[in-house]
Amino acid sequence: MPEHEADGQLATPTHEVRDFLHRRREQIAQRWADEPLFRTVFTVSRDEAVEAGKVVVDALAQVADSDQVEDPDAAGFSEVREQLSRMGAARSRAGLSNTQVSSELAALRPPVENLLAADLEQAPPEHLRACSTTLTVLMGTLRLVAMQSALSEWQALSDRQRMQLLEVATPVIRLWDGIVAVPLIGTLDSARSQVVMETLLNAVVDQHARFAILDITGVPTVDSLVAQHLMKTVAAARLMGAQCIVSGIRPAIAQTIVHLGLDLDVITRASLADALGYALHELGADIVNPGAGQR
Amino acid sequence: MSEAYSRPTTGHVPVLRLGDVLLVTLQGDLHDSTAQQLQQDLSETISRTGVRGVLIDISGVEIVDSFLGRVLAEIAAQSRLLAARTVVAGMRPAVAITLVELGLTLPGLSTALSTEAGMELLARQAPVTRPGGPRQESP
Repeated sequence: MPEHEADGQLATPTHEVRDFLHRRREQIAQRWADEPLFRTVFTVSRDEAVEAGKVVVDALAQVADSDQVEDPDAAGFSEVREQLSRMGAARSRAGLSNTQVSSELAALRPPVENLLAADLEQAPPEHLRACSTTLTVLMGTLRLVAMQSALSEWQALSDRQRMQLLEVATPVIRLWDGIVAVPLIGTLDSARSQVVMETLLNAVVDQHARFAILDITGVPTVDSLVAQHLMKTVAAARLMGAQCIVSGIRPAIAQTIVHLGLDLDVITRASLADALGYALHELGADIVNPGAGQR
Repeated sequence: MSEAYSRPTTGHVPVLRLGDVLLVTLQGDLHDSTAQQLQQDLSETISRTGVRGVLIDISGVEIVDSFLGRVLAEIAAQSRLLAARTVVAGMRPAVAITLVELGLTLPGLSTALSTEAGMELLARQAPVTRPGGPRQESP
């Protein structure tokens, strides 16, 4: 029990926890270094894990000092935020789910609590309970901060990937003079179909394309919304003076479209090859088979 | 040719006759009154000259609102009644997207990528045979 505390003159729980964290900095960091979270992230050396643990302990002490144990935005956390999110990201890269990372973070609490209980063995039970509650709250906030930063990192990653997907998923291919094609792959939502429409129309202008082929072989399902997007693209291309051909409608999709009662009022061809043949024919360049002379 | 003629201030869009085709070039923002004036001018000119085609180049138009969209459709319909085909040429992608989002797909209108392609289209195709018919997809 700290010597500066006279009997009956106990420090507030927050300050008690702060002093405890300062006093036991080394021991806490050592114990944390053995926990799976630190052990698996800092694989190079144990000292590194201990150092990282000390930084976190210091941050916790600073938060306790500022009396903001419940506030995840407390100034003390800002320094460890990046480190925590790096640790969380490393664990999730290793294949752990959010829940597992969260429970690994929760596992950091018992060692600290045991140390606190040992330290305050002779203190009144109410005081021990109050301090222990404060510590629990503080550790809970730490967990929240770690999960917050990890989640925001994942959010940024998924935003980036969505943008990349939009760029990658809509190539406009020039098949021939005046014929462009867009092979659509994956589910069409509003955002994607907007990008498809814009890139296709721009390609129509740039390449003076009289024919635009929309190949939907890679589209898994067509519902009324997707059909509407397709029709919009076709109508916009027509307004610009290009003709759209939809190709690659799979049998199951054809059935769905009929069952839904949708009116796909466009020129359709079974495959991309057929669509190209049609467009070439319209442009006055027929494909002939030099061998048998029959198709 | 005077400055006033090439840049009309009275709300008239010049209608040029090229053989069997009337050529109209729209530029920039078009006032509603100017659009209506054009509609009237065109119908009078068609009936006076008996041309078989009208080519409207809108490559210089950045914004087409629902009013201008409707005027274009009406021009096409009235020209068809006067036995002339209307081709709208050079629509920009942004304009096409706006019109489609507005629900104006202008089904009765023929379109072409450029003025040149529009002239080809008018030269190739026979005069309309179905006045006021529904949507006509060029084969």
